[in-house]
Amino acid sequence: MSREHDTPLATDASAPASVAPATAVAAQPAVRAAGVGKVFPTKSGEVVALTDVELEVAAGEFVSLIGPSGCGKSTLMRLIADLDQATSGTLEIFGKPAKRARVDQDYGIAFQQAGLLPWRTVGANIGLPLELHGTGKGERAARVAELAELVGLTDFIDRYPDQLSGGMQQRVAIARALAARPKLLLMDEPFGALDEMTRERLQSELVRIADETAAAVVFVTHSIPEAVFLSDRVVVMSPRPGRITDVIDIDLGAHRDEALRESPEYFDRVTAVREALHGTRIDRANER
Amino acid sequence: MRAVRWSARRQGELRGWIAAAWGALGVLAVLVLWELYKFLGPAEGVVIGAVAGQSGSGVLILPRTHDRAMPHVWDMVARLFAPTSGGDTPPLWVSVAGAALVTLGIAAVGWLIGVVVGAVLGVVMQRWRVLEWGLLPWIVVSQIVPLIAFAPVVNAIGNQLARGGGWWPQWLSVAVIASYLAFFPVAVGVLRGLASPDRIHLDLMNSYAAGYWATLFRLRLPAAVPHLLPALRLAAANAVLGAVVAEVSIGMRGGIGRMLIQLAGQASSDPAAPWGPTFGSIALGLIAAGSVALIGLGLANYRRGEASA
Repeated sequence: MSREHDTPLATDASAPASVAPATAVAAQPAVRAAGVGKVFPTKSGEVVALTDVELEVAAGEFVSLIGPSGCGKSTLMRLIADLDQATSGTLEIFGKPAKRARVDQDYGIAFQQAGLLPWRTVGANIGLPLELHGTGKGERAARVAELAELVGLTDFIDRYPDQLSGGMQQRVAIARALAARPKLLLMDEPFGALDEMTRERLQSELVRIADETAAAVVFVTHSIPEAVFLSDRVVVMSPRPGRITDVIDIDLGAHRDEALRESPEYFDRVTAVREALHGTRIDRANER
Repeated sequence: MRAVRWSARRQGELRGWIAAAWGALGVLAVLVLWELYKFLGPAEGVVIGAVAGQSGSGVLILPRTHDRAMPHVWDMVARLFAPTSGGDTPPLWVSVAGAALVTLGIAAVGWLIGVVVGAVLGVVMQRWRVLEWGLLPWIVVSQIVPLIAFAPVVNAIGNQLARGGGWWPQWLSVAVIASYLAFFPVAVGVLRGLASPDRIHLDLMNSYAAGYWATLFRLRLPAAVPHLLPALRLAAANAVLGAVVAEVSIGMRGGIGRMLIQLAGQASSDPAAPWGPTFGSIALGLIAAGSVALIGLGLANYRRGEASA
């Protein structure tokens, strides 16, 4: 909640990340992971879910994590969100430890399921994070109206989740993730359960929204075209143990529209990502 | 759109009527069975192993059907409108209604105590797993203790308190005993309900850095409502049952349990009379459970399911 006050003070962009006070938020990379690993203890021994992850996501950058099941992409996202804790390495969100960033509401999050509370209207669902952090009623209503318009659900603000289609539910979830004006959006296959047409439409909307809010996005997916269409960079991951094997610059410019989907440059990048994915050894990639 | 909604509402109405018809049919079936057996069965029932000339010997395997043992259904109904105990006394149904109200009041207090105690136990058990392991077995065992054994103990403690100068009317003992049956479904229902939110919702609350209380009130409690309503209804029925049994076993006057025992004692001369309070306690249970169902109407939004994509 303190970001609004902090931004004007962020004058020294060269402050070292590890010791930077919260005042330098705007200049910090959104995510900085150094040597991050995650080991899950199970009955049959330890399972290495992630090992030695080096990743930096700049402020405002759109980065996709792609890879087969079990490559640890969702785990990495959960570590960034501080829903799980790394067993090794350091992880900083805007220069702060992940836990601090979570408490400060520096990120918004959306999952594969919309995860709306069924007893709350669309408006009350979008406003939930604000309600939890004591935003006043009037200010909340104004922000909810603004967000509903951003995701094109103004007419549905008083409906309940069970009265919406899957695509609409997912848009509500995105609006909710944006409610506290986070500078980082974490999305774990948010369009994975949607049909192809809805999916492409929401991808275009997400590009626009990320643009308008200038938020950095970490986007987990296992669709190559989706990753290419959305991202500035695509991080290719591989399982057993989960690790980053390649990072591909997409370099298609800021303007992404439907025409891009049929351009030769787009197909080039799709091919590049596919080769990066398949070039690494993938054992039993399709077990899911 | 409009036509579709209309037919959906009519379908709902139709379903309601069908359900009511099945209910009425069930009651009717019991009445018919009663009268049919009374008509077909032997007056002195069926006894096996009886020794000739020795009354009361042998095992009665089918009940007697004479009017003192099995009064006609219409006699039971007619008895409701006859004076309670002859002469100028008010009709039986008025006495039954009065006694039922007394019991209903006590059961309501018992229900409230049970709901509060059960809810606290449920919340505490959900919060600390260790307490769940420690408490839940005892809570289950508590329901095995027969009420008849337990009631006099509560009554004795109450009397001690009253004698020592404390405020403890006899009806409070009955309410406490009723609450003993009522708290159980609530404790289990709250425990289940509070643990029911999906992982994704808990992750979400965690990502908002919401604390225990915020998560309890914004997520766990609303999500528990579908588990809670049946628990509250069961608790209401249990509270009525507990109150009636407790009245009988500690001998409290004024309620329907005592009336039932009293009239049953006179059944050989007035066989239809005990059926009055019997119907009364059935009605009592229905009213209690029905009033709790009204709570559910106000909470309809918490019973919505999230439609899948």
